[in-house]
Amino acid sequence: MRAVIALPYLWLGLFFLLPFALVLAIALGTNAPDSVPPVELGLSLANFKLLLSDRLYLSAWLSSLRIAATATLVALLLGYPMAYAVARARPGLRPTLLMLIVLPFWTSFLIRIYAWMGLLAENGTLNQFLRWTGLVSDPGTILGTDWAVHLGIVYAYLPFMVLPLYATLEKLDTSLLEAASDLGATPLKAFLTVTLPLSLPGIAAGCLMMFIPAVGEFVIPDLLGGTRTLMIGKVLWDEFFTNSDWPLASAVAICLLVLLVAPIALVQRQQAKSLAPKS
Amino acid sequence: MNGKPRFAFGMLAFGYAFLYLPLLLVMAYSFNESRLVTVWAGFSLKWWRALLDNEAMLSAAWYSLRIAFVSATASSVLGLAAGYVLSRAPPFLGRTLFGSLVIAPMVMPEVVMGISMLLLFVGADRLFGGPGRGFVTIAIAHTTFGLAFVAVVVQARLADFDRSLEEAAMDLGATPWVTFLTVTLPLIAPAVAAGWLLAFTLSLDDLIMTQFVAGGEAQTLPMLVYSSVRLGVDPQINVLATVIVIVAAAALIVSGRLTRQRPSGQR
Amino acid sequence: MSDPIVRIEGLGKRFGAVQAVDDVSLDVVRGELFALLGGSGCGKTTLLRMLAGLETPDTGRILIDGQDMTATPAHLRPVNMMFQSYALFPHMDVAANVGYGLRREGVAKAETDRRVAEALELVKLEGLGARRTAQLSGGQRQRVALARALVKRPKLLLLDEPLAALDRKLREGTRFELVRLQEQLGLTFVVVTHDQEEAMSMATRLAVMDKGRIVQTGSPFELYEHPANRFVAGFIGVANIFETGPGRWLALRPEKIALVAERPATNQTVRGLIVDIAYEGDRSLYRVATERHGTMQVSATNVTRHRDGAFQRGREVWLGWDDSAAHPLES
Repeated sequence: MRAVIALPYLWLGLFFLLPFALVLAIALGTNAPDSVPPVELGLSLANFKLLLSDRLYLSAWLSSLRIAATATLVALLLGYPMAYAVARARPGLRPTLLMLIVLPFWTSFLIRIYAWMGLLAENGTLNQFLRWTGLVSDPGTILGTDWAVHLGIVYAYLPFMVLPLYATLEKLDTSLLEAASDLGATPLKAFLTVTLPLSLPGIAAGCLMMFIPAVGEFVIPDLLGGTRTLMIGKVLWDEFFTNSDWPLASAVAICLLVLLVAPIALVQRQQAKSLAPKS
Repeated sequence: MNGKPRFAFGMLAFGYAFLYLPLLLVMAYSFNESRLVTVWAGFSLKWWRALLDNEAMLSAAWYSLRIAFVSATASSVLGLAAGYVLSRAPPFLGRTLFGSLVIAPMVMPEVVMGISMLLLFVGADRLFGGPGRGFVTIAIAHTTFGLAFVAVVVQARLADFDRSLEEAAMDLGATPWVTFLTVTLPLIAPAVAAGWLLAFTLSLDDLIMTQFVAGGEAQTLPMLVYSSVRLGVDPQINVLATVIVIVAAAALIVSGRLTRQRPSGQR
Repeated sequence: MSDPIVRIEGLGKRFGAVQAVDDVSLDVVRGELFALLGGSGCGKTTLLRMLAGLETPDTGRILIDGQDMTATPAHLRPVNMMFQSYALFPHMDVAANVGYGLRREGVAKAETDRRVAEALELVKLEGLGARRTAQLSGGQRQRVALARALVKRPKLLLLDEPLAALDRKLREGTRFELVRLQEQLGLTFVVVTHDQEEAMSMATRLAVMDKGRIVQTGSPFELYEHPANRFVAGFIGVANIFETGPGRWLALRPEKIALVAERPATNQTVRGLIVDIAYEGDRSLYRVATERHGTMQVSATNVTRHRDGAFQRGREVWLGWDDSAAHPLES
């Protein structure tokens, strides 16, 4: 048993935990463009000070949190009824319905964002549709705006939201709803007072599983957003690849880690609880 | 509540449309005569022919497939061990940390994982002169997050597993290890296979971590697609998209079959 | 006791705040069919599992055939168990299931096949070796589980609620067969059950358990006619229990009481009114309201095929028994 524990533990320790220590070390260093790698090790907090005080970076933090949170909320509002519908469908139909929700997740992430690029471009399908129906004569371009980024995040992470919701709703005992109805509750009341509270763990899990990666999202703001869309993932990328400022990029990573450590721990606890042996 | 909730089903239909419309449009335009992916100019297979001749794409695809195969297999072995430990091992020192380490790659933003792995490999280069950047480093990166997904699938399967089967095996004289090999593993194998498929798909698709840890020798398919897409829309990408959707659908159906088998030792 | 095959000394096991098994000591004689009887939560299953090696005791010792096996893991004990859920391996056919234990011992294939066929014949499943377990009926699955446990000829065979999953008719036949097999093969069985009728009819000796402790051990006859306390008296069969003084009671079995129309000639006589009758075909259980001892239960065999008008509900009757028919209790 000890060998079985050791194998994945060592791997993760070496390739997941240890790297973070290195990131911290680099984050405390300074940029040295002439050396390879372009880092001079030290114990400076300058990078952190910059990230937490400069207006540009602060607004990047805030907009990342804001966009991720908004997208998560929208996904929740869309995903909850979807999960609910699948949970209430005929048992034989459920695997297929679920599969259809998960399928986009199994196709290429890039391709899916690319699809939205085509849809939301100036001459894209959406605008063509709007012009053709005469609804809007001169639609602006959604591509390159925050709206597009929101859409992209909701689109990309919707399965992450629906699956935990479904898992919780599926376990719901329908006889509880029947009891509520028998005691005089309207369907809406029954939903608000029975279903919703009991599905809170699923809501929490879905929101966490979507919010955490969305905060650090890079591809979506890069391809769908504009120059004014500032997300922290993009900041990290640009600092690292464009500016070759490894220490600053590392500092961004550390800040992101610190920000997300608590939510990640919550996810781990949820996971452990939901899979605890049922006796 | 009587009958099916109409609002929820309406939203489900809308959700499906939302999810599939973009994909279907992309797939449709792979047959478009003209280069523009926004104006339909007639049916044509020319972009399909072009893709088949596209050396760069094909070799990138082959590169990605090899990496995906290696990393999915490594993920499955490690993920099986991790899932088993999380499900069965009695409490040990560092168990909570272990649990967090296993699941964190699933939700951690890829830019964070990417930069940290790159720094690790850079450090290793300085200390040991290797491994450089390329196939090995990409595979390692993909294995690390694939592990998390397999572990979750395995853990879920084991939670449902009828433990009296293992007790019966031990009662009949099988050591814990032999019990695992002859009873547990055969019965959870479909779940492990489904996990392998998932890890394979994720590896094929990964962009960000790969960008950080890749070398100059070759590009993976997502890397190629990304650089192409940044320059604008390319109908060959549409063709690629169609192929990927079909392959992904097939993989998902197989995976669903594997995890849906009922009578194999489930409570 | 001469040379017990199992000796349990001071065994204890705790789960969280619950003491599942509390200082249990008992011996099992070679070749007997020993039953552990009790309600749910009394600790009988935990005790059985500790015997199998599937749970480790917190305190005490387990000696099997003279050897201390308290710390020996399950796969090294000469003990086999028939699980309540049967625990048949779904990915193996019947023959592979039955032969599993032999293969673990390294028995050669030819020998394994022979012994598997022999075991299947023993449980009347000959020829079904190639069936998948999912295709079997409940009774057949039980036989496979039994064959699988028997084929290794263990020193001790443990059976966890062997008849619980079977329907009534099947239960009686199987009960008989289990006893027959045990005697035929000369094995020692330990059976766990909550059904006291089952325990009484199958066991050579049994132990009644309550709250993790053994309340009384003995032969079915001893436990029925000489219960150690009110708990055992009430648990096994039906008993009329009445106080005769501070800390003293009498236990009187319903079939020991005569139900007659006129005052009987026995030591004890009581008048009463028939309040209810439970007709069971072969016998009837009467509930008779009496002034002296409250409602008493009396059972009488329905010897003739005619209904006796004197013994209907609402009728006045006389109950009589000799002093020797009642058993004194002090707890």
